[in-house]
Amino acid sequence: MSLDLSQYRDLMTALLPELVLTAWALVLLLVVAVRHRTAGDLRLAGWLALVALVSTGGAVCWLWWSGARPAGLATMIALDGFRFVTDLLFLATAVLTVMLSFDYLEREQLLAPEYYVLLLLATLGMMLLGGGEDLTVVFLGLELMSLCVYVLSGINRRSPKAAEAALKYFLLGAFASAFLLYGIALTYGATGTTNLTLVGVQVRMLGLAHSTMLLLGLGLLLIGFGFKVAAVPFHMWAPDVYDGAPTPVTAYMAAAVKAAGFAALFRVLAEAFSGVSAWHQIVWWLAAVTMLVGNLIALAQRTLKRMLAYSSVAHAGYLLVSVTSGSTLGAASFVFYLVAYTLTTVVAFALLAAKGRNGEQDVVIDDLAGLSQRHPALAFALAVSMLSLLGFPGTAGFIGKWYILIAAANAGQAVLATLLVVASVISAGYYLPVIMAMYMQAEPSEQAHAGVRLGRFSGAVVVAAVAGLLVLGVQPSRLLDVARTSGESVRPAGVLPNTPPASLSTKGS
Amino acid sequence: MPSSILAFVWLVPALPLAGFVLNGALALLRPASKRAVSVIGVGVLAAAFALAVAVVFELARLHPEAPLVFHYWPWLPVGPLRIDYALQLDPLSGVMLLVVTGISALIHLYSVGYMQDDPGYARYFAELNLFVFFMLTLVLGASFPVMFVGWEGVGLCSYLLIGFWFNEKINADAGFKAFIVNRIGDFGFLVAMLLIFRHTGSLDFTDVFARAPTAFTAGDRTITAITLLLFLGCTGKSAQIPLYTWLPDAMQGPTPVSALIHAATMVTAGVYLVARCAVLFALSPVASAVVAGVGALTALFAATIGLKQWDIKKVLAYSTISQLGYMFLGVGSGAYAAGIFHLTTHAFFKALLFLGAGSVIHAMHRAYHATHSHEDAQDMRNMGGLKAHLPWTCGLMWIATLAIAGVPPLSGFFSKDEILGAAFARGAAQPAWYVFWGLGLVAALCTAFYMTRLMLYTFHGPNRTGDAERAQLHEGPWVMTGPLLVLGVLTTLGGVVNLPPLLGGGERLEHWLEPVTEGAARLAPVLSPAPGIEGLLIGVAVAVALAGLVGAWRLLDLERLVPARLAPPERGLGRLLWKKYYIDELYAALIVRPVVWMSREVLWRLVDQRLVDEVGVNGAARVSRALGWVGSQLQTGELGFYVMLFVAGVVVVLGAAVR
Repeated sequence: MSLDLSQYRDLMTALLPELVLTAWALVLLLVVAVRHRTAGDLRLAGWLALVALVSTGGAVCWLWWSGARPAGLATMIALDGFRFVTDLLFLATAVLTVMLSFDYLEREQLLAPEYYVLLLLATLGMMLLGGGEDLTVVFLGLELMSLCVYVLSGINRRSPKAAEAALKYFLLGAFASAFLLYGIALTYGATGTTNLTLVGVQVRMLGLAHSTMLLLGLGLLLIGFGFKVAAVPFHMWAPDVYDGAPTPVTAYMAAAVKAAGFAALFRVLAEAFSGVSAWHQIVWWLAAVTMLVGNLIALAQRTLKRMLAYSSVAHAGYLLVSVTSGSTLGAASFVFYLVAYTLTTVVAFALLAAKGRNGEQDVVIDDLAGLSQRHPALAFALAVSMLSLLGFPGTAGFIGKWYILIAAANAGQAVLATLLVVASVISAGYYLPVIMAMYMQAEPSEQAHAGVRLGRFSGAVVVAAVAGLLVLGVQPSRLLDVARTSGESVRPAGVLPNTPPASLSTKGS
Repeated sequence: MPSSILAFVWLVPALPLAGFVLNGALALLRPASKRAVSVIGVGVLAAAFALAVAVVFELARLHPEAPLVFHYWPWLPVGPLRIDYALQLDPLSGVMLLVVTGISALIHLYSVGYMQDDPGYARYFAELNLFVFFMLTLVLGASFPVMFVGWEGVGLCSYLLIGFWFNEKINADAGFKAFIVNRIGDFGFLVAMLLIFRHTGSLDFTDVFARAPTAFTAGDRTITAITLLLFLGCTGKSAQIPLYTWLPDAMQGPTPVSALIHAATMVTAGVYLVARCAVLFALSPVASAVVAGVGALTALFAATIGLKQWDIKKVLAYSTISQLGYMFLGVGSGAYAAGIFHLTTHAFFKALLFLGAGSVIHAMHRAYHATHSHEDAQDMRNMGGLKAHLPWTCGLMWIATLAIAGVPPLSGFFSKDEILGAAFARGAAQPAWYVFWGLGLVAALCTAFYMTRLMLYTFHGPNRTGDAERAQLHEGPWVMTGPLLVLGVLTTLGGVVNLPPLLGGGERLEHWLEPVTEGAARLAPVLSPAPGIEGLLIGVAVAVALAGLVGAWRLLDLERLVPARLAPPERGLGRLLWKKYYIDELYAALIVRPVVWMSREVLWRLVDQRLVDEVGVNGAARVSRALGWVGSQLQTGELGFYVMLFVAGVVVVLGAAVR
């Protein structure tokens, strides 16, 4: 299906998933305006959010399977496999988050059905962020997502910690957005366009690879995205915010928000800046520092939630490695790792939510002692999740890390690959104690795990995600194929091997 | 691939493997079902033997010039190296196939009686079946690596079966010793394999032997190194100087195991390897001389130790080492057929001797068991006069004794004579071989002496077992005497397969093996003595054998022997021989203890514990943790500080961007 995005009808078709989700978000907003008092209202909103996400997913799938591709230049929104895969990933993460929230919000007495509206709008922002073909759309998506997530992280108004976290996040986020916006402005100034493909074309045609204005713009864009994905040294907000936010929101932030930031970063670098070599060096350093610092500080954490927060910083480093390689293999490993990491993170936070109370900030690793005797299934799921984060063979995390390593090695980045391995070894120093506590230590008392309860929905999430991790760990080829084709679909104009649209191939040459 | 019975050659090793799987399952699930274990354990071997006979007959009918190689599946396809799981059938592996399956079938049958009351019955048969599988892989493998799998596999089974009664430490230690000593030899084998691949580009027997004459210059350093390393492997597996020390200790295993693994089959693998690689050894006169020299020296050395041992199995163990030395003397002299001939006849008479000794031990053990005595059931000083109680065993063992001593017309006479003849003939060109021949001849004298001594002390003279025990001594069940009878027949008639022309024979085995040995014969022709000298040599050999027999008869005073617990300590030369020349003590002082000290004090306590664990592992962990702590101190919670760091990052990134 060829869509001419300058035609109103075709543009609407191309934006169908976003439109569906927007419509649902508005409907849900109206519903919760009327019904926002009881737990029943909360559940209703949750169910509606699920319906919204699933129907949006249906629209994405329809668009994907109908083979939608732009006729001519995609002006505002991309129509490629990468957009659809990342859209589905965001939607799936949102579904998992909603399911975790069902139990969690009631338990923590957070009777605010607006929560689900914000979640839908944040997901909409991500879809625009990951699919935006123009820097302005990217910025729009980023801000929509960020604003919703600021509020979500502070949704527990009774908790001073959460309020502090939300405020910090907001202030620093606004600060970072300014850098991003300035970067967009400088890019526009250098190339005269904000369209990603056209920026790439201009860079080549005008020979802007060493233009100071463009390089400054690139640097500022990297800083802005570096903040969103929590790359060191722009990560300082992450531990505090992850720690203070309600746990399902933390899972959502650690998985989806980070994935969206990465998707946009990847697209911007691949389409607009593939002709500029300067970013490879910068991302190389960001990756190296992020991996090492994230893992080293995680080693010093005592509470599980903060440990997972730093671990999520470290994983941003691994993903940056795959971005640095700049190859199609890197793109494939990037998509695969995003999926694996999302599943793993959701499991880890779901189980943390089951174990803790009042924000889970005080669950230390030793509290898990003997969990395997009292709740063998939960202990097993958490162990699988830890092993996958560690990159242990037999789990999806291993395959993902393995392909990142191969991509780095093939790109001649032996040092970075070595650092990745060293960082992974360090990470064993804090992932394995969790398993040790669960399996090799005795329960401190009969009542130690009395309150541990995984709700029905959270249970379904955990079962599905653990099964996914294990299946992908031994049978990754299907997802790898998808990852490869979708990763390859993001490329600068002029290097389109498969059926390039006529208008583009002439411009690119 | 021919569509005849030869296509089923894979079944020959597969049958014992199936036996291992089934018996292994029974050993785990129903260890008490002895009947099923016996049927499976003996049945698979009987079937394998029948199939082997059919296969070898078919091979004889076709009589192909080149070996028949059966490729089954690719095993290691790595770059230029391509190793298939492939079996090779040629006259040499055909002979080994018959010897291994035939003797194994008999010994499995014998074990049904011998191991009847053992609680580990099923485990025993599972391991014995597994051994036969690996032994057949060894002799049928079409390449060095496949052969090596069998080579290591039989080593594993040997280890398992030596330590079969592992709840006594001495048995487990004996297993360790066998395994570790063999590792030294296996290392040589491995390095030799790598060198062969490097110089010929292949590891398949057919390719290597076809390319060897062009790939190597005769007598140069490479081929000498390869063959000497291969021979190092042989000295381990076949218990030659300097790696023979494990074999006497291996007698801690059940006696049928000693008969099968440590006398008839596994320990001859080294001889088989040299014969298989005849082309390579023929290219290196130095290595051939080393093989012959070590063989001759071992033959005499072990025979002298055998003169003064009291344990009936120890005597036979040293006898085995000594006879293996003969085989190496044969193959080292270029008389590959003679070496294989002696391998075959030795399998018959040494299996017979071990199984006979097993009968004796079985009877002694039962007698002592009945009276709750703790005397040593294997010490010959506790025996004597058993002829009356074990007449069949006594008669059959005498046949084997005469055979090993080299008395005509028993099988051992022909094979030993042929080896000594070949060594003597080579002496005309290289005088060193006269020395080897002389060593072999003296060893023959000792052999006749210690074997007669064993027979006299065990079966003749007054009985020293004890008055209460004497009534309990009797023959084992028919499953034990039956195999003895068959082996007795083979021992008597085994020589006919290779009668020399001088005695009206046609040297059938020699001609049968010609397709295998002709490559080597082209490079270094086999010499045989002139007919007149051959007759003289035969006369000398027979005279020596008879001298040993009569000498033992006249010199040993059976009446003065006392039971083991009353015996005075040995003195002088006797003590030196009884203590096996203190070789074990020497090895312990020179090699074992320094290595153990080095491992414990330096490698373990210093390198591993201090350096690797403390400095490396724990040190790295401590440094990481400290760095992490420092980093976590940056997380102050102060927004202003975060912004400061952020801005620092901005400066660095922008600086890098516009650089």
